[in-house]
Amino acid sequence: MSEIALVNSPNVGLDKTQKGGPYVNDLSTLNLGPTHPATHGIFQNILTMDGETIVDAEQTVGYIHRAFEKIAERRPFYQITTLTDRMNYCSSPINNMGWHLTVEKLLGIEVPKRAQYIRVIMMELARLADHIVCNSILAVDTGALTGFLYVYQWREHIYEIYEELCGARLTTNMGRFGGMERDLSKVAIEKIHVLLEGLPKGLKEFEGMVMRNRIFMDRTQNVGAISAERALNYGFTGPNLRAAGVDYDVRSLNPYSSYEDFEFDVPVGTKGDTYDRFLVREEEMWQSLRIIQQAMDNLPEGSYHADAPHYYLPPKQEVYKNMEALIYHFKIVMGEIDAPVGEVYQSVEGGNGELGFYLVSDGGRTPYRLKFRRPGFIYYQAFPEMIKGSSLSDAIVTMSSMNVIAGELDT
Amino acid sequence: MEKLNNQQIIEALQKTFGEDSVYGIGESHGILHVTTHVDNIVPMMHFLYADPILKFQFLTDLAGIHFPDAKGQELGVIYHLHSLENNVRLWIKAYAPIEAPNFPTITGLYASANWMEREAFDFYGIIFEGHPNLIRILNVDDMDYHPMRKEYPLEDATRHDKIDEMFGR
Repeated sequence: MSEIALVNSPNVGLDKTQKGGPYVNDLSTLNLGPTHPATHGIFQNILTMDGETIVDAEQTVGYIHRAFEKIAERRPFYQITTLTDRMNYCSSPINNMGWHLTVEKLLGIEVPKRAQYIRVIMMELARLADHIVCNSILAVDTGALTGFLYVYQWREHIYEIYEELCGARLTTNMGRFGGMERDLSKVAIEKIHVLLEGLPKGLKEFEGMVMRNRIFMDRTQNVGAISAERALNYGFTGPNLRAAGVDYDVRSLNPYSSYEDFEFDVPVGTKGDTYDRFLVREEEMWQSLRIIQQAMDNLPEGSYHADAPHYYLPPKQEVYKNMEALIYHFKIVMGEIDAPVGEVYQSVEGGNGELGFYLVSDGGRTPYRLKFRRPGFIYYQAFPEMIKGSSLSDAIVTMSSMNVIAGELDT
Repeated sequence: MEKLNNQQIIEALQKTFGEDSVYGIGESHGILHVTTHVDNIVPMMHFLYADPILKFQFLTDLAGIHFPDAKGQELGVIYHLHSLENNVRLWIKAYAPIEAPNFPTITGLYASANWMEREAFDFYGIIFEGHPNLIRILNVDDMDYHPMRKEYPLEDATRHDKIDEMFGR
């Protein structure tokens, strides 16, 4: 047996000594995770193996559960943005914007076009960063390290653009209710143009190395496949669902933040296997670049935030000189903004699927109930079904291609 | 095809389940929400799934909620359904008393409901009858309470620097 076979867990529920059964060998138990380098996050899977073949898997999640939904019930709305950063930390700006859109819907704030376009640019940059991580790491998991280096430098570049806009790289806390905290600076615009010019080259190099590579194709085709029916039944969204052939994209079905102004395609796969998921993400990166290009070309003039003094922090220099600004500043910072009673659901197309916010407000300073619809939490359930009958190495690439992110799954 | 409107959904539900079973009808930012009895949840989900026009075949989310002051209806579940073909969303709500928070499971219809129901059980203690594996999911197994219920305050209640009265709230 494999050298890494660890414990014989009695709770897997299969009779391992069964003779004459469907299994070739005695069954053994293999503990994959929780802190295994190939799981890219804290996930435990207790695999029951028949030799090299996976017979059953039992998942344990919750290792980095931080009770965000409970914490949110005690925090003023604007302090919850920092919690959303820490969900899908590969694409924090999308989470931030999703939360802002939710609260803006509740408060009824109209966001100016320029701010909406800047948000679209930042969300698409975040999608690029997310897909770069997922796809290049998938290549690494199948043994191709070099391609990863061609594109990873562009993720670093995207983080520099974040820094220009909000001062942070990973946990961005970007934007405010009503718009952005600052306009696109000269440096940011320059950096976005550099990205639009440079990333396609890196991406082409990466695709040339990996996409039609015999080894990569053999490792990913027909691996971890799921049908469209099962994917929908399991609540799949995002690239994983589209790889199975369902063209559900929140951006095109329920456009938010002016996505209806942009022209882009929604790529779909046919088989729902690891290779299709990879291809869908690759194509989505090209589409993201297209959206960013359009947004930069047509960037409207005007203010980068709404004129909503009750909710949008006044400029700091005003706070020192202007009585009204001081009052608003104090009220916002102390969380005294009045929220109407109501229920809101807002979803955005996150890096890995439909990221939803269900907010129940009782008119208080904090949400009465806030439920995050985390795509990863919902579709990760399908993992045992997807890997049954495959080998351990296939399970690793399947998990990698699903883009499950522990921070989001466990909130 | 004409877009499915909320009135059609209400009519279809009331025709099938009777007007007494579909109440608390409201709309919030375009999303229709209805309340129903706990017993109606499974037939209603199946009806909405199978109906050739409505086609609510995607379970977006399932959220537990606690209203300590609503006597006899303290614990609730909100099912977020989405009809992808019509692009219409719908919330089905149901409430049960905290002494017997029993809901039927919908894992028979939606595989995705498995962990969602475990999450609601973990945080609110809602029992989903017939669930294949109703154990805690995010919290530790030996926890003996359901932390999202409102009786568990997040911060130390004896703190004086955060009393609402001091801030005129």
